[in-house]
Amino acid sequence: MSDVAGPEIQRLIELLAKLPGLGPRSARRVALQLIKKRDVLMTPLADALTRAAEAIKTCSECGNLDVNDPCKICTAPGRDAGLICVVEDVGDLWALERAHAFSGRYHILGGVLSALDGVRPDDLNIAKLIERANREETREVILALNATVDGAATSHFLSDRLKDAGVEISSIARGVPVGGELDYLDDGTLAAALKSRRPS
Amino acid sequence: MNWSDIGIVLAVRPFGETSVIVELLTAEHGRHAGLVRGGRGRAMRPVLQPGNRVKAAWRARLEDHLGAFTIEPDLLRAGALMDDAAATEGLHAICALACLALPEREKHAAVFDGLEALIAGMAATDLWPALMVKWEAGLLTDLGYGLDLDRCALTGTRDALTHVSPKSGRAVAGGAPEAADYVDKLLKLPPFLQGAQAGLVEGDVAAGFALTGHFLERWILWPADRQLPGARERLLERLKTEGRL
Repeated sequence: MSDVAGPEIQRLIELLAKLPGLGPRSARRVALQLIKKRDVLMTPLADALTRAAEAIKTCSECGNLDVNDPCKICTAPGRDAGLICVVEDVGDLWALERAHAFSGRYHILGGVLSALDGVRPDDLNIAKLIERANREETREVILALNATVDGAATSHFLSDRLKDAGVEISSIARGVPVGGELDYLDDGTLAAALKSRRPS
Repeated sequence: MNWSDIGIVLAVRPFGETSVIVELLTAEHGRHAGLVRGGRGRAMRPVLQPGNRVKAAWRARLEDHLGAFTIEPDLLRAGALMDDAAATEGLHAICALACLALPEREKHAAVFDGLEALIAGMAATDLWPALMVKWEAGLLTDLGYGLDLDRCALTGTRDALTHVSPKSGRAVAGGAPEAADYVDKLLKLPPFLQGAQAGLVEGDVAAGFALTGHFLERWILWPADRQLPGARERLLERLKTEGRL
């Protein structure tokens, strides 16, 4: 490719190929499309990327990504400051926001405990969570971590650490997903679903 | 190259956007890694949780290659253990320890059988922390660093063995006059590690974890520039809080 394209184009393709969902071949197609639509796509995109890179900050309160610190969610007057939903990553926050099911505030942990990857409690945003849980307005901390062994271990660890804060601690339920067929569910999910059954 | 075996999932790492690299502890092929295509999909994620038992078929062009696994669920028990905080931490710790301590592609059938029994025991009995100590002692033995708990290193007696030398891993009769000068430097030997008949009293499990932890670090992990997993430390803290040591 370097024989037919200059170093600038080559660099563009290399960088695009690092994005999720793009391999070298699709990166070449994207690069070609950008070059063809230089005025309507490439320049505005470059401009948007530069602005975003300069403006995006990590919220010092919850760890969310936004252009303001504290972020839009932490400063929204309509949100219940007494509820804190703990999630692993910003992507999980976005998923919960898409569901429009939660009106409290969030706390991004920045990962989960992992023995093999050497992720210890000090590597996670736990100290700030404990500080927030100890605030007078906080009533409940909802642990919304992934239903994996690492996620469960982290949830149990956080429950212990938050015990002294005097707030209610809850975890999101595990069970049958919408559209899920019992026949295709794994044993663990079925057992969890039965265990957390409720009167109807 | 291809084989089929039963394996216990030890670790899963993402690879690309849809695949994962899975480490299994298999009965016949030891700790073995392989690529699982589509391992991050909705169907495979619940199966590829540490502690689950799976049927694995491994295929590679050459023996040295990473190869690819085709995985089918056999006994999925990780989900059932997730509600139990100590069991989750224990599962975390033993899977990490197996990854850190066992060499790749070397058969360790006794470690596999022990791990299988230990994970089954986590759901069935409150005594599983003692089983975990025994499994760690078995891990040491299988790797060639077994503790010699048959007779006293100082007197040769087989009775009243209460301690273990932190250097040699040999049992010591703590009450013997020859041991009087060293006894405070020795590690305690809980009776349940000497025989199946011995009961458990308070402090035995803690002494067992201290003993196996010392030798796992000294003989297996430190030479490879590794440390005991943090999950094991947290498990001990939790068991202490729950009064189960």
